[in-house]
Amino acid sequence: MESIQILERIKAKFGERVLEFSDKQPDPFAVVDPKSIVEIGRFLRDDPELAMDCLSNESGVDYKDRVEVVYHLFSYGKRHGTVLKVKLPRENPSVATLEGVWKSANWMEREIFDLLGVNFEGHSDMRRILMPEDWVGYPLRKDFVEPAEYHGISTVRESPIIRLETKKK
Amino acid sequence: MPLLNTLPDYVLTTKTDELLNWMRKSSIWYMLFGLACCAIELMHTGGPRADIDRFGATPRASARQSDLMIVAGTLTLKMALRTRLLYDQMPDPKYVISMGSCASCGGLFQLAYSVCDGVDKILPVDVYVPGCPPRPEALTEGLLKLQEKIMTERWLVRSSNGAANGKQVAVA
Repeated sequence: MESIQILERIKAKFGERVLEFSDKQPDPFAVVDPKSIVEIGRFLRDDPELAMDCLSNESGVDYKDRVEVVYHLFSYGKRHGTVLKVKLPRENPSVATLEGVWKSANWMEREIFDLLGVNFEGHSDMRRILMPEDWVGYPLRKDFVEPAEYHGISTVRESPIIRLETKKK
Repeated sequence: MPLLNTLPDYVLTTKTDELLNWMRKSSIWYMLFGLACCAIELMHTGGPRADIDRFGATPRASARQSDLMIVAGTLTLKMALRTRLLYDQMPDPKYVISMGSCASCGGLFQLAYSVCDGVDKILPVDVYVPGCPPRPEALTEGLLKLQEKIMTERWLVRSSNGAANGKQVAVA
């Protein structure tokens, strides 16, 4: 089944709760209501014709006015895939976890929490996964400012190349 | 030198310092400590082709048995604290080789938020080996430079400033 047909099935089933719809190739996507992401996920997994048994990637994007979480889904049995998105406010973004639907969401959601600060409600282990546990801030946010030092280690190194660049300006 | 000529052939004479240094430089045990892609070259250097075993350098799995720490790869800030801990666990006298651009100055990743740009910010470095990554020959050269440095140390005379061998070496 083509990605667009899968999205049309979701639209037919969930109607209003699919907020946006893009049929742009090569990756058509649907923006869905954050409140019903678990329900939609469960439908995609359990429907025998869709059988999306794999959440191949879950990632986050900071668009300055909003934060988006992107779900790339795939079905090994049917050899088809599709993309779902969720738009969240930049202040305290929060969405339900998909850990109960696809187990692989666990670490990917921890990574999104670590780098973008999205809280996943109901997650079993919502800790940082890459950055040190005492790190302040979310590095992939567009307004993230690198701290001058970390535990006394300065994060700036005098570089001749950088000095040349600032002189040019 | 009348005394020297009277000795039999199998008796060698040397200075105490040189004997001590010669023994120490001939068994530099390095810690197995790979942080990134440089670790692959580090493994090759220990392998049969470059074979730094012939200089007495052999890998140890524990910091407490090691004389040398080869920092092979990108040092992240998270790892920097642990690297410092490992260095503190090594018995004196201890040496550090900074292997590759990343360990020396952060290299390609020095502007990244998570990278400690240079291991010399947290440890005293004896030999810098440039390259991305350095070939096994380059690391071997670094080890030989370290051996040269060890040979210049003086153990019987205490230096006034405490640190007798503050000089750093860069492999060209």
